Amino acid sequence: MPRVRRVVARAVTHALVGLEPRKVEVEAHLQPGVPGFAIVGLADRACQEAKHRVRSGVLSASLQWPLNRRLTVNLAPAALRKEGSGFDLPISLAVLAATRQVPAERLAGHAAVGELALDGRIRPVAGALAVAEGARRAGIERVVCAAPSAPEVALAGVKPVPVSHLCEAVAYLRGEIDAPHYEPFAEDALDGAYVPDLADVRGQERGRRALEITAAGGHNLLLSGPPGTGKTMLARRLPGILPPLTRDEALEVTRIHSVAGLLPPERPLVTVPPFRAPHHGASAPAVVGGGSSPRPGEVSLAHRGVLLLDELPEFRRDVLESLRQPLEDGVVWVARVGGNVRFPARFQLVGTMNLCPCGARGDPAVECSCTPQRLAAYRERLSRALLDRFDLAVSMPRPRAAELAAPPGEPSSVVRSRIEAARERLRSEPPRRTEAASALLSDAVDRLPLSGRGRLRVARVARTIAALAGSPLVEEAHVAEALSYRLPAELPS
Amino acid sequence: MTEIRRIRRADPTFPALLAAIHDPPSALFLRGSGSPTLLSEPSVAVVGARSCSSYGRAVGRMLGRELARAGLVVVSGLARGIDGEAHRGALEAGGTTVAVLGCGVDRDYPAAHAELARRICERGLVVSEYEPGVEPAPWRFPARNRIIAGLAQATVVVEARERSGALITADFALEEGREVLAVPGEITSALSAGTNALLRLGATPVTRAEDVLDALGIAPRAPSEPEVGETAAALLARLRDGALTGDELARASGLDPAAVSVALVELELAGLVTLDDGVARALPASV
Repeated sequence: MPRVRRVVARAVTHALVGLEPRKVEVEAHLQPGVPGFAIVGLADRACQEAKHRVRSGVLSASLQWPLNRRLTVNLAPAALRKEGSGFDLPISLAVLAATRQVPAERLAGHAAVGELALDGRIRPVAGALAVAEGARRAGIERVVCAAPSAPEVALAGVKPVPVSHLCEAVAYLRGEIDAPHYEPFAEDALDGAYVPDLADVRGQERGRRALEITAAGGHNLLLSGPPGTGKTMLARRLPGILPPLTRDEALEVTRIHSVAGLLPPERPLVTVPPFRAPHHGASAPAVVGGGSSPRPGEVSLAHRGVLLLDELPEFRRDVLESLRQPLEDGVVWVARVGGNVRFPARFQLVGTMNLCPCGARGDPAVECSCTPQRLAAYRERLSRALLDRFDLAVSMPRPRAAELAAPPGEPSSVVRSRIEAARERLRSEPPRRTEAASALLSDAVDRLPLSGRGRLRVARVARTIAALAGSPLVEEAHVAEALSYRLPAELPS
Repeated sequence: MTEIRRIRRADPTFPALLAAIHDPPSALFLRGSGSPTLLSEPSVAVVGARSCSSYGRAVGRMLGRELARAGLVVVSGLARGIDGEAHRGALEAGGTTVAVLGCGVDRDYPAAHAELARRICERGLVVSEYEPGVEPAPWRFPARNRIIAGLAQATVVVEARERSGALITADFALEEGREVLAVPGEITSALSAGTNALLRLGATPVTRAEDVLDALGIAPRAPSEPEVGETAAALLARLRDGALTGDELARASGLDPAAVSVALVELELAGLVTLDDGVARALPASV
């Protein structure tokens, strides 16, 4: 039997399929022959370009590049598509191990992720959290990564080896230096991103009240009214009154934001509900996720938080219709030839719209110049099916000057404490409807234009209102208030 | 869809009032479950602008409802705006209503009112002088208006610009010697220019549904204001002085916005207030 020569070295890393890490072994093989460097194993463009970065990085670190040898790097499993520049570091470590500049046995206990600069410095890449979670599942205890990625790696429950230069990684693997020190960040001390406060909103009491109910019940909210009445301003204050994320939720959200490369280095853990407000020109893949290598869309980036669609009717129809499924299921499935990718997308939707295309409707000072046809066309852009997903609809008429001079409203922190209490009540013992309240609801279905689904939504909102009031029962008044937030019938017929 | 029937001028069921006009149609096509004799029952036309204000919508709906409640057939043109509201009001009161089209009765025009037309057909009628299949065309609408005016004993114009199709209907009614009434509007609003001009010419002003009944010599039933709670009654009194937004009501009354919402829904269910684009408007006291 021929003897196996130790010319192959291995490093471990993880590729991402959607949010899921898949283990990838990076094999480097040297053989005598015409000098060359080939990367095989379905590597994409960025990954192919690793050749140049790796060679320059190794030389810049005053290490040996194999001369007069043919170098083949294989990314296994070969059938899995590999993307991005995070393979730079594992490839260079595998090459260095194959040339005996790094001890191969020691490298085996590590996973690695990071991009190489031409001068050998190591840069962070998106998705380090998910890669590190893959390492933990594979039973690997340490991940060599760029220093800014260290907090993400630590979140996954594995030890980060933060290195800033290839030299440092090599010295560490050779045992010349100890693992560079990593100071865990204090999760409690993380201050959330700046969220605008509800105290800034003057007047618009009805809008504020609807926002509070929306937050307490996890509902979807539609705000309509002429321009400049504070619809967007109000919507932006919803994340600030939502309870902070639990640790599990925070990890879940952080993973998505990490994969999207949106994690700010100073806040490695997302602890406040995210807020996303895509522009109305956004495409359907940008909003629900997709692409040839599926990436999370805005609905997933808003997971456990708020998705604001400002000027709802201006969005493309296909974009709006594609929201229906994630709104119902709380998850997006992106189907690709290579398989399905699942992105969580449990978000609260807030939509804003004018009452007509010219914007003057609802404003006593201006006369609307829209023709009935134009008005109908504007409203037909929103399907009833989508509108039915809004639990509360509030018209925000133009405030008079006296209203703007009103004192500041309650700050977000006060409102949030009420919301937390209401959520607890909804969780532990949701209020039950009294017979009188049920009778009122049935009466309303007969007399108002209210569909079966509309009835269901009114009932849910009424339960939230009762919980906010601290009542064990859903009374008539709660149903009546919920009815006042129903979708107006003259929105598309 | 129910079968389309045809009545000729010579038929005994052909409405006498319509036969009396200066150029009556030779035949009418009917769609719906209503009896052809419905067209001979006491009726009022409620017409107005297609692009109307929320005030016009509220009044159109209220008149449709109260006139139907008083037992009158409400005749209109199924157009967007006032016409549609008048039909809806009549249906809300459980009354019968007749829509006169400027195209074949099998054509749902405007398309947005297809569902409304279907509901009208449950008890009332959709009628036209045109054969089924005839396309809507702008020049057919004035002719349609002569039938609206011809069927009704009185014509109420709710909101109309200076040159509005509703005024054509009013002209036909005047020519045939029928009563013409108009709803006053703000003198600064272009939407009320037509109705205010009618009033200047001597049309009877409509400030409540009883005005229409008086003009027709029908005794209104005893007024019965629905019972509402104390808070709701107080808010209604404020709204009688002018339309207000929910927030303005809350500030004026000192109530919190939740309580205002509760009271407004109570008033809305009682048919005393309409809510339109966030503005609450008291309806005139009912018959």
